[in-house]
Amino acid sequence: MTPATDTLARAGSAGCTDAPIIQERGQREVFCGLTSIVWLHRKMQDAFFLVVGSRTCAHLLQSAAGVMIFAEPRFATAIMEERDLAGLADANEELDRVVARLLERRPDIRALFLVGSCPSEVIKLDLKRAAGRLDRAFAPRVRVFNYSGSGIETTFTEGEDAALAALVPQMPDEAPGAAPSLLVAGTLPDVVEDQFRRLFADMGIARVGFLPAPRLADLPSVGPSTRVLLAQPFLRDTARALEERGASLLSAPLPVGAEGTTRWLQTAATAFLVPRELFQNVTAAGAARAERALLRHRTALAGRRVFLFPDSQMEVPIARFLHRELGMELVEVGTPYLHRTHLAAELALLPEGTRIVEGQDVDRQLDRCRQAAPDLVVCGLGLANPLEAEGMTTKWSIELMFTPIQGYEQAGDLAELFTRPLARRQRLAV
Amino acid sequence: MQLTLWTYEGPPHVGAMRIATAMEGLHYVLHAPQGDTYADLLFTMIERRDRRPPVTYTTFQARDLGGDTAGLFQEACRSAYERFKPEAMIVGASCTAELIQDDPGGLASRLGLPIPVIPLELPAYQKKENWGAGETFYRLVRALARPRETATSIGRPRCNLLGPTALGFRHRDDVMEVTRILAALGVDVNVVAPLGARPSDITRLGDADFNVVLYPEVAEPAARYLEKTFGQPAVRTVPIGVGATRDFIAEVARIAGVSPVLADAASRLPWYSRSVDSTYLTGKRVYVFGDATHALAAARVATSELAFDLVGLGTYSREFGREIRAAAARHGIEALVTDDYLDVEAEISALRPELILGTQMERHIAKRLGIPCAVISAPIHVQDFPARHSPQMGFEGANVLFDTWVHPLMMGLEEHLLHMFRGDFEFNDRTGSHLGKTHMPAAAEAAAAEPVLASPPSQPGPTAWDAVAEQELRKIPFFVRGKARRNTERFALERGITTITLDTLYDAKAHFGR
Repeated sequence: MTPATDTLARAGSAGCTDAPIIQERGQREVFCGLTSIVWLHRKMQDAFFLVVGSRTCAHLLQSAAGVMIFAEPRFATAIMEERDLAGLADANEELDRVVARLLERRPDIRALFLVGSCPSEVIKLDLKRAAGRLDRAFAPRVRVFNYSGSGIETTFTEGEDAALAALVPQMPDEAPGAAPSLLVAGTLPDVVEDQFRRLFADMGIARVGFLPAPRLADLPSVGPSTRVLLAQPFLRDTARALEERGASLLSAPLPVGAEGTTRWLQTAATAFLVPRELFQNVTAAGAARAERALLRHRTALAGRRVFLFPDSQMEVPIARFLHRELGMELVEVGTPYLHRTHLAAELALLPEGTRIVEGQDVDRQLDRCRQAAPDLVVCGLGLANPLEAEGMTTKWSIELMFTPIQGYEQAGDLAELFTRPLARRQRLAV
Repeated sequence: MQLTLWTYEGPPHVGAMRIATAMEGLHYVLHAPQGDTYADLLFTMIERRDRRPPVTYTTFQARDLGGDTAGLFQEACRSAYERFKPEAMIVGASCTAELIQDDPGGLASRLGLPIPVIPLELPAYQKKENWGAGETFYRLVRALARPRETATSIGRPRCNLLGPTALGFRHRDDVMEVTRILAALGVDVNVVAPLGARPSDITRLGDADFNVVLYPEVAEPAARYLEKTFGQPAVRTVPIGVGATRDFIAEVARIAGVSPVLADAASRLPWYSRSVDSTYLTGKRVYVFGDATHALAAARVATSELAFDLVGLGTYSREFGREIRAAAARHGIEALVTDDYLDVEAEISALRPELILGTQMERHIAKRLGIPCAVISAPIHVQDFPARHSPQMGFEGANVLFDTWVHPLMMGLEEHLLHMFRGDFEFNDRTGSHLGKTHMPAAAEAAAAEPVLASPPSQPGPTAWDAVAEQELRKIPFFVRGKARRNTERFALERGITTITLDTLYDAKAHFGR
């Protein structure tokens, strides 16, 4: 049996592996980590996310969740009031009261996350302790976890990282001497998760777990025989927590685009000694379909210049996809945070000399963007319409977190997210 | 702590942003953690503004907390001034920055910027968005407004229009409508503020003879200050509805010393409401909830201009609780003053109105309960910042109200007729409808026909329906069927009737009949 070797990697130069990353500090136009609750709660069906914060936090969730807020979602805010700030003992009693009322009303909840916010962190309300206390009070029916989604500590998707890291201690131990298992970490839309599940099964990788799981009771096990494949780029703390449980991390580009998906799957195949021929057989059809789907978009995008503002840490993988598979030129790739080790395989694939900026000073970045006059700007909703009014074509970035974009079958959809605004601008005659 | 799923109002600094974004040449430096910039997209997306709100955030992070957040704030002020060169600046703290106590006002004044810098105190743990907007506008007026130079007014009477803001429900078009009415009366508009005003315009507020308070939630504190300081009287009738617009005209005429021209022909509402087609509107049971201004106005229009029955009236504006309670009392009902949507939902479920006039939240409650609904107040979503002219105020506003409120009822009637004729041979499920595919599998349809909340959880005591009564119940229009079912079951329970027959159904109807 010949294991599949990574024939795709290490072709050409080392890309941006050792490239300097420009650090920028100043005003940041980004979401805080609380926002990730909006997609996390859809994935974890017996979990409830209770933010302990201010009216601002509740207002943010409402604005980010749009109409979803009216479908009896499993998240809420315990709004701190003047009297909660007066004395800390009071705040704990208040929290217990709110949680008791909540769990009484929602008997279906098995996992309760107490989510820290800027106000609760600044007044040093000890939510970790509160979670421990409530966990003892409601066990075994409900387990209570804690993490911070505050803006002072987390940017947008880092909220998911913090939530998943809080879940890791709850994962069962892998049986001693168990055969190697694969753990895919990072929230993926159900449709994408199912596609990957089928591909791994067809490759003969028998034991595959996904974090997060739809239910608390279904959390996959973890231990020294676990190989972790990151499905998202922003899982710094989760990866560390998994490593502390003995798991080892596989280094791969993210499953974005046809090439990214092949390389990502290949990394798992190599680690699990999947025969090369089998790997080819399993992936060929999907890869070919993805290539076909991308062809049309390549015509529209090749040679166009794209500028990415920082938002979710997806910017580097997306830029790699736009450049290598669609032929776009990268003017600037902004990211709120860059984890060099986790993104090593991605950085190697970026063209040499790419301008990568970590952090933000939004006004200066806007100056650079205007100066460069790119064909397409990937940015948040606070900037998109103002830039359109200035004559630029934009793609709002938050859609990349809410739309299924990973895997072969979604590669064309992902490309279309970028061609659509350009096509629209071309068609409008008013 | 208050358990909140969603909120009718944002925090007070969002109110301040509504003032800053409404104006030109004013910049807001907000001491706030990373992430608070989410509020920008309310303006760029919901209101579709083509510019970023004129707000600079310090966006401090955890690593800044141990260090010099005060320095960070000063640096933000300095660079905002350099970049935007505003005529004036407002500075303040969001909820988190309030806790770290950096004193934005003092820090900014120490910079010695060559423009007025107005500090804002917005207690984020006590107050909310509308209060924040009112307070910010008041602070601006207090800091900038000057008395007029010559003691007496010359030429036509002049007034200020106070209160329209960014993110205001139909503020853009209300201003046009009211300006038109004032022009017809021979009154000029001196300054509209804050919407479209510059700080230099705020200094000219004193030149007017009187003020028009368009939205009391925002304008009242400033109007009271101008009344006291410059002796400017204020017109306080809010011209929403035909009657209120006539009262408004009379009040303006009295204060401005002009003759009240009643441009009656300008509104079609009185005739539309009198036309026989509207007879079926009589006594429709309507529930009203919103900010105090719009709720009060809607209650008056609903009852005296459309002849609806007011079955519920409420507001989330606690500051105006007294006015709302008084209005409710005049209609013989009790007002609901709350910012908890679950209270509103419970009350609506209990009252089972035939029409709900409310906010975006009530629109969703109505959808769940299958009740027709129209939006009369913020908070609102993007579709309520329409491209077309659609004021609420003045005579054209009354036309808009008539169409907007009656439309969902017509739709409700249409749907009812579709259900009624469903049994006809030429109009059944297999034939389909020319209006589109409405076919549903029989089981799903039976489930869908009863709104989920209409049938209460199984009550103690047997209240079975016999087949004939059940059949008859299904002939009742779907939007009142739930209420009929509940009333009949209650009636049966109270009388110890175990099986509901046709007679029970009609006995109950006679008993509860309105």
